[in-house]
Amino acid sequence: MRMWIENALVVNPGGLGGRLDVCIEQEGHISCMVPHDPGNPEDIVSRQGAVRIDAEGLVLVPGIVDMHVHLREPGHEYKETIASGCRAAAAGGVTAVCPMPNTRPVNDNAQVTSFILDRAREANGVEVYPIGAISKGLKGIELAEMADMQQAGIVAVTDDGRPVTNSLMMRRAMEYAGSLGLLVISHCEDLDLAAGGCMNEGPVATRLGLAGLPNVAETVMVMRDIALAEFTGVRVHIAHVSTRESVQAIREAKARGVPITCETAPHYFTLSEDVIESYNTHAKMNPPLRSQADVEAVRMGLADGTIDVIATDHAPHSSVEKDVEFDKAAFGIIGLETLIPLSLKLVADGVLGWDDLVEKWSIHPARLIGIERCLREGAPATLTLIDPNQEWVLDPSTLQSKSRNTPFAFWNLCGKAVLTMVGGRTVFSERNLS
Amino acid sequence: MPFLPKDILDIDSLTPEQITHILDTAVGMKEVSMRPVKKVPTLRGKTVILYFYEPSTRTRTSFDIAAKRLSADSISLTGSSSSAVKGETLYDTAKNLEAMNPDILVLRHSSSGAPYIMAKAMRCPVVNAGDGTHAHPTQALLDMMSVRENKGRIEGLKVAIIGDILHSRVARSDCIGFTRLGARVTVCGPSTMIPIGMESLGVDVTTRMEDALTDADVVMMLRIQKERQSGFFFPSEREYAIRYGLNARKLSLAKPDAIVMHPGPINRGLEIAPDVADSKRSIILDQVTNGVAVRMAILFLLATGAGGSGGLRHADVD
Repeated sequence: MRMWIENALVVNPGGLGGRLDVCIEQEGHISCMVPHDPGNPEDIVSRQGAVRIDAEGLVLVPGIVDMHVHLREPGHEYKETIASGCRAAAAGGVTAVCPMPNTRPVNDNAQVTSFILDRAREANGVEVYPIGAISKGLKGIELAEMADMQQAGIVAVTDDGRPVTNSLMMRRAMEYAGSLGLLVISHCEDLDLAAGGCMNEGPVATRLGLAGLPNVAETVMVMRDIALAEFTGVRVHIAHVSTRESVQAIREAKARGVPITCETAPHYFTLSEDVIESYNTHAKMNPPLRSQADVEAVRMGLADGTIDVIATDHAPHSSVEKDVEFDKAAFGIIGLETLIPLSLKLVADGVLGWDDLVEKWSIHPARLIGIERCLREGAPATLTLIDPNQEWVLDPSTLQSKSRNTPFAFWNLCGKAVLTMVGGRTVFSERNLS
Repeated sequence: MPFLPKDILDIDSLTPEQITHILDTAVGMKEVSMRPVKKVPTLRGKTVILYFYEPSTRTRTSFDIAAKRLSADSISLTGSSSSAVKGETLYDTAKNLEAMNPDILVLRHSSSGAPYIMAKAMRCPVVNAGDGTHAHPTQALLDMMSVRENKGRIEGLKVAIIGDILHSRVARSDCIGFTRLGARVTVCGPSTMIPIGMESLGVDVTTRMEDALTDADVVMMLRIQKERQSGFFFPSEREYAIRYGLNARKLSLAKPDAIVMHPGPINRGLEIAPDVADSKRSIILDQVTNGVAVRMAILFLLATGAGGSGGLRHADVD
C-alpha cells in the first residue's frame, strides 16, 4: 500500500527539505515530495486509501548509516547475532550497519563475508555492509584477500580491535586497498604505550589504581596514519577518535589537504572518565572514556567538521565478560539504541545543527562506503522518522540487542526513532502509525 | 561512638573520627598481644574467611593471628586452593562463601576494585587486605597507629613517601589517610613511577629525594619490585639505589628525631641501606606488631557492629 508521511520536518542535506509530505510507493521508492498543504482538495482525494502518517512535530531524515558495529556472528552468538543486531539497529533508527571483521572466524575471506550477507538476508531488512580484515586473522602478518572479499560484498577493510602495528603493512594495505577503491579504516593504538591499560590514564585511574591507556597511545598512531595517507595519497578513515590531540592532528592534516576522514562515538562526546569511579565495567571501552577536556575537544571537532561521522562502535558483551573485575572485563559497550538521543543532545546544546547531524549520521558514512543516502523522488525509501521531543527512560531489559552492556541504563533520554524504513520496508515502528 | 561502614574497602570512605576510633581501639587490642595468654573470647563463634587470591605472608599471617587472638575461627583460602583456578568468577565465589554464613570476609586480590564486587555480593562485612594497585586500608591504619604511637600525633607532621608510587596501593592509602588526619605528605620517586594526577590526592610531588627528606618527621620507603626494570622505569638497581635508596647520610636531611618506616618486605641495599633498616630510628618491626592490633580492632568493630551480638557479654575464658 502507498504511504504518505505528512507534515514532517524533512532534514535532507543536498536535497529538498522543510515541511513536506512524502509519498512512498508499495514498490519501495519515494514517488513524491511536496510542500505540506492541508487545504488542497486534490490531495485529500488522491490520498484516499493510502496509509497516512501524521508526522507533525517529527523529523524525517535519510536513513542513518552506522559504519562501525560489532554483530558478533559468526562465533559469539551469545552476545549478538546479525538478526538481533539488525533489530537493535532498526529500533535505534539505523538503516544500515557495517559489521567489523573481528568475528570468529575472522571476516578475512570471501566465505565469511558471504556467510554474513546470507544471514543478513534472513534478518529484518536493515542493510548490512560487511567490513573485511586488513590482515589474515587480524594478526598483522599477511594481507587478507581484499579483492576477493570485495567481490563477495565488503565495503572497507580494517583490523579494528587491533591496530596495524607494522607501518610497512599499513602502507601496503593502503596502497592495495586504495587501488581497489576500498576504504581503509584504522584503529589507532600503540600497543606498547597502551600495554596493560584498562582506562584513561589520569587522576581518576591514579585514584582507582587502574593501569592507564594514555592519550598519546592513540594520537601517535593517528599521526602515523596521517603521514602514510599523505605519503601514499590514499584516504584513511580513523575509527573512534577520543583524544583532543587526535582531533587537532586530523584538523591540521585536513587543512593541508591530506585525504583523511574520521568518526567518533556518542560516548566520547557524552561521558568522561569520571563515570568509572565505582569500577563500572559498563563504562569500559577502547579507546577509553577520556577527560572532560577531551570530551570538549571531540564536540568542537564535530562542530567544525573535523569529525565527519558519528558511529556507535556497538560492541555487545554478556555478563560473563562484564560482571567481573574491572581489569579483566572486556572492552566495549552497546550503542545502536542510544545513538539518536545522545546525538540529539548535540543539537540541543548548539554543537551541531540538524543538517550537520544528518551529514554525520547518514550522508558522510554513506559516501565513505559507497552507497547513497538522500531523500528524493525516485530514490529508495530508506529513511528514519524521529520524534526529537519524546522523553523516555532507557530500561536495559527492553533493548533489542542481546546484550545489556550500556553505561546509559536508566538515563532520562530525549529523542527516539518512531519509524525506520529500508527500501520502503518498515523495519521498525514505534506505534500504530496508520 | 562513630559507627564504621559495613565494609572497610578503602581509606577514602572513613572519616577522621572513624579512623581515630579504629586507632584507639587498636591501642587496647595491642595489650592483648602482650599477655602471657594471648587470647580473648570476644569473637568466639564468629567465622572469618581469609581469601588471599594473591600471595601474601605478612598480611595473611597478621589477619590470621588477629582473628585467633579474638577467638574467631579463621579459614584461609588462597588463589591456588580456591575455585578461581577452575574458572569460577569472583561473584560466584562470593555467593558460595556467603552461603556458608561467614561473619567477616578478608580479601586480598590482584585486581583493583575486586573487594567492591565482593562487598556488593555479600551481606557480611568485607575487609580489603590489598587490591591491585588501589588500596591497602589496614596497612595505612597500622602505619598511622605506628606514627601516632611514636610521635604522639599525626596532625602537622611531614611525611615523605619514597619509591614506586605508581604500583603502590600502600602509598595511595597512606596519602589519603595521613592527609585526612592533618599530616603533610610528600611523595617522591623517579618521574616514571609517579602516576599522573597524584596531586589530586592532596599531596606534594617531587622527584628530588632531598626535597622529600628535608625536615621530614616520617620517612616511608616503598619496596622496589625488581621486575620493574624491564618496564623501562629505571635503568638499573644500582642507579635506583644511588638516587632513591635511603642511607644514613640522606636521612640526616630529615628531622633529628625522624622515624623510618617500610611496609615490607624490604630489599636491603636497594631502597634501604641495612644500617638504616636496623637502626633505632627504624620502626619497621613496630609496624608489623601494630598490624595485628589494627586488624584485631577492625575484626572486632565489624563483627560486633554488624552482627550486633556483643560477644563480650557472653564471654567465657578459653
